[in-house]
Amino acid sequence: MSNWLTNAFSTSIGKKLLMAFTGLCFIGFLAVHLIGNLTIYGGKELFLSYVEHLHALGALVTVAEFGLVFLALVHIVMGLTLFLQNLKARPVRYEVKKAAGGRTIGSSTMPYTGILILLFIIFHLVKFRFVDKTPVDVNDFTILAATFSQIGWVLFYIVAVIIVAIHVSHGLWSGFQTLGLSHSKYMPFIMALSVVFAIIVGIGFGFIPIYASIIA
Amino acid sequence: MSDTINITLKVWRQKGPGDKGHFETIPVKDVVTHMSFLEMLDTVNEQLALEGKDAIAFDNDCREGICGMCGCLVNGIAHGPMKAMTLCQLHMRKFSNGDTIAVEPWRARAFKVVKDLAVDRSALDKIIQAGGYISANTGGAPDANGLPIPMEIAEKAMDAAACIGCGACVAACPNASAMLFTSAKVSQLALLPQGRPEAAKRAINMMRTHDACGFGNCSNERECEAVCPKEIKITNIARLNREYIKASIGSDVM
Ligand code: FES
Repeated sequence: MSNWLTNAFSTSIGKKLLMAFTGLCFIGFLAVHLIGNLTIYGGKELFLSYVEHLHALGALVTVAEFGLVFLALVHIVMGLTLFLQNLKARPVRYEVKKAAGGRTIGSSTMPYTGILILLFIIFHLVKFRFVDKTPVDVNDFTILAATFSQIGWVLFYIVAVIIVAIHVSHGLWSGFQTLGLSHSKYMPFIMALSVVFAIIVGIGFGFIPIYASIIA
Repeated sequence: MSDTINITLKVWRQKGPGDKGHFETIPVKDVVTHMSFLEMLDTVNEQLALEGKDAIAFDNDCREGICGMCGCLVNGIAHGPMKAMTLCQLHMRKFSNGDTIAVEPWRARAFKVVKDLAVDRSALDKIIQAGGYISANTGGAPDANGLPIPMEIAEKAMDAAACIGCGACVAACPNASAMLFTSAKVSQLALLPQGRPEAAKRAINMMRTHDACGFGNCSNERECEAVCPKEIKITNIARLNREYIKASIGSDVM
């Protein structure tokens, strides 16, 4: 079955549009997630009250979660498709190849950081989302404290967050470029924002495990 | 600065599309540094001919940086180390005595190696055939100011039209994508009133042909922009993306 909509999304640009849109949604999610998590710096009470307020939204949270899963599926399936097609587009590799100055650590590692982030998210959800929170002495703060009292998990999260930051450093401006949102007046700002946002994500999320391990 | 240098060429030799190919090491003595890279290859070929060996096949035509026929990866960079320069415009004075220089053909699924460094780039022609033109019947010459076009727009169209279709963007792209080429060819027409009537059909058909030829998907690595001898900007790719979105949701083209 083919109609104008499936035709539109089946070309290279079409697939990239899906990639860019879902990716930018995740950047929005990261920002919201970070703002919420910052309550940890206000101490146990503030953090738990944030968790409580979030869950008070009830069905909205469930809808948002399903939305995120859907976005993730699109982003992963499209990302892997594009990655495999790109490998196929150059069956014989160069023997001698140098970067000419365009690519960055972020841009050249997108598929790999993407796959690592997927693995991290699975661990992260198992650790914090799909954990039994029914016993009275278990809440989101005790889980956090228990996890980050182990140095291994602290390091794991720091590395994971750095990988996310690297992915985002290319993803943000790249998303705008793919959606055609490029203008000589704003693009330099968006490109700078990409790096600044990556640093904010890196530092913002990266210090939470460290801080949690200290107060745990 | 001495006027001659000795270099070692590591040049890709491949008998034909089916051959696996290999690097051949050729020491080249007394290269006059005022020669262009292609003239250096000419002298190597003379030497090979005297030895009764097969000459190195490479594409070239104008040798003035305007036709887009020449191009190889020189030490891993398309058209060599200089910015905004085709291979025929690269001079041997940019190299030093004792250098080893690796020379490889453009590599992509859509570009078949014909022989040695010569590559079949007709896939780019296929993209043009899919819509890189306007189909207006020409009549008498129109009045000069009949269609006012702002200077900045004319400049952008001219900048896009500077593309000589050499294929360096594809060669340099880690994904072997021809988006920079396609976007330049779409932009030069999309920016001008004469190109608007067929803009939607052009954007969609050229993109579909791009994919069908086996080029990869752009991931905004910007390597194309870095090697382009005509300094075509990736803002053209953003424009192609806009044209594609507009065409997909706002036109009658299926
Ligand atoms: S031979 Fe014409 S551009 Fe180099």
